[in-house]
Amino acid sequence: MNWYAIRAIYLFEMARTFRTLLQSILSPVISTSLYFVVFGSAIGSRMAEIDGVHYAAFIIPGLTMLSLLNESISNAAFGIYMPRFAGTIYEVLSAPISWIEIVLGYVGAAASKSVMLGSIILVTARLFVSYEVAHPVWMLTFLVLTAVTFSLFGFIIGLWADGFEKLQLVPMLIVTPLTFLGGSFYSLKMLPPVWQKVTLFNPVVYLVSGFRWSFYGVSDVSIELSAGMTFVFMVICLLTARWLIRSGYRLKS
Amino acid sequence: MDPIIVASKLTKTYASGFQALKGVDLTIRRGEIFALLGPNGAGKTTLIGVICGIVNATSGTVLADGHDIVRDYRAARTKIGLVPQELSTDMFETVWNAVTFSRGLFGKPKDPAHVEKVLRDLSLWEKRDSKIMTLSGGMKRRLLIAKALSHEPRILFLDEPTAGVDVELRRDMWKMVRELRERGVTVILTTHYIEEAEEMADRIGVINKGEIILVEEKAALMQKLGQKQLTLILQRPLASIPEALSEYALELSDDKSRLVFSFQSEAERARIAGLLRALAELGIDFKDLQTRESSLEEIFVSLVRSDA
Repeated sequence: MNWYAIRAIYLFEMARTFRTLLQSILSPVISTSLYFVVFGSAIGSRMAEIDGVHYAAFIIPGLTMLSLLNESISNAAFGIYMPRFAGTIYEVLSAPISWIEIVLGYVGAAASKSVMLGSIILVTARLFVSYEVAHPVWMLTFLVLTAVTFSLFGFIIGLWADGFEKLQLVPMLIVTPLTFLGGSFYSLKMLPPVWQKVTLFNPVVYLVSGFRWSFYGVSDVSIELSAGMTFVFMVICLLTARWLIRSGYRLKS
Repeated sequence: MDPIIVASKLTKTYASGFQALKGVDLTIRRGEIFALLGPNGAGKTTLIGVICGIVNATSGTVLADGHDIVRDYRAARTKIGLVPQELSTDMFETVWNAVTFSRGLFGKPKDPAHVEKVLRDLSLWEKRDSKIMTLSGGMKRRLLIAKALSHEPRILFLDEPTAGVDVELRRDMWKMVRELRERGVTVILTTHYIEEAEEMADRIGVINKGEIILVEEKAALMQKLGQKQLTLILQRPLASIPEALSEYALELSDDKSRLVFSFQSEAERARIAGLLRALAELGIDFKDLQTRESSLEEIFVSLVRSDA
């Protein structure tokens, strides 16, 4: 293992994060705060409790996941797309490093940033709503697992995209709908029976459900299934990234 | 001969169908400065790209210091530094961070003293805390060289290092390359400029349309290709070349009105002054003079023709 290379890429990417600290951290915090004000306080005060949880508290895990997914994807996608776009990728390609070291450096940095961000959002949320975390270890596990998985997914998008539009395409057309339909703002039990079944094909459902379980001990699907599905998705992303880098797809001519 | 790079039967066909390399065999000797000459699109950059791991070869093998560049890529790439043709840099990084990053990427522990030395050698030390976007083109070029030297490579590839670089900087760069060679680094550079090859290289390879046309010692190649001529148009026709000028290998044109002095090297160029003095002493006046040298284009044309 070329640990120096992993460290170099990781620190380089983190430095980029801290250079743009304001937009990296502040904007998701503001948008999440707005969600809490609108859905949590204004609308939430008129909503009934779900599974014994106040609505404002109920949406916290879902909202955190929403930001976590978006930020993981866009960080990681941008992180690898920029060197491709600027041409500086030549250095990474000519360096004595393997696919896993490239992934650990870039995806590790993107996931770290997302976990930091998720934590900040949870702290911010505490200012609006009081909540407790029933299973802190599981909560952290889901936070990290989701950040890593979707950073990997973003990394793949960053490798595949051949223009800035495509960089936005997948998050906008696929990820945002999936997160909104993934039970961030409602319990699956509130859907008609047919849609309850259809929605199980949405991977985000498992993330949100598992994450919410770690807070309140209630979930739409079992915790084992949630963790298992997330893990499977991560492995698929990892194998895809491995194949993309090793074949040099859109990296080498 | 101790080879440091051995390319065998290297081919590259791009997805578009364009065949950039057609079975290239090339051996670079340890410690030499090798200039790869060729017109645009000849395959210079593709060849370097394959050796450095940026382009996948279609077939063929390359050994870098005995290591196969595909099977044993870690060992091979650790030895190699690459300065690309394009000025691709991370605009928002500082010079210091960019060079430190490169060193880590190539698996070397931090060594501020070495980074400082590299930056000082390339006159970038004063700029170490500047963002790259504030650097001039020439400085960016030097930064890319600093990055390539950060991990102490044994083989350095310079792809068109002096393209768009002013004369002074070009001289500095030539000096730096010679110093690297003295430290035992093998340098492979590509160039359009034959004078650059003439100034620097120990050996010269010419590539055209994906094929290596020839590889030769510089001295031998210059003899063959570097013809230069000084033509003096005389006031009065000469009957014959005076005995006093016999040391100059002059030719008299058929109409006896022109004297042609052919020479090859810089050393011979210095004799022009002597020739002109001798002419003055003999009272041979001339009303005009012309110089011409074979351009790189002409050399390529003649090489390609003889190759066909």
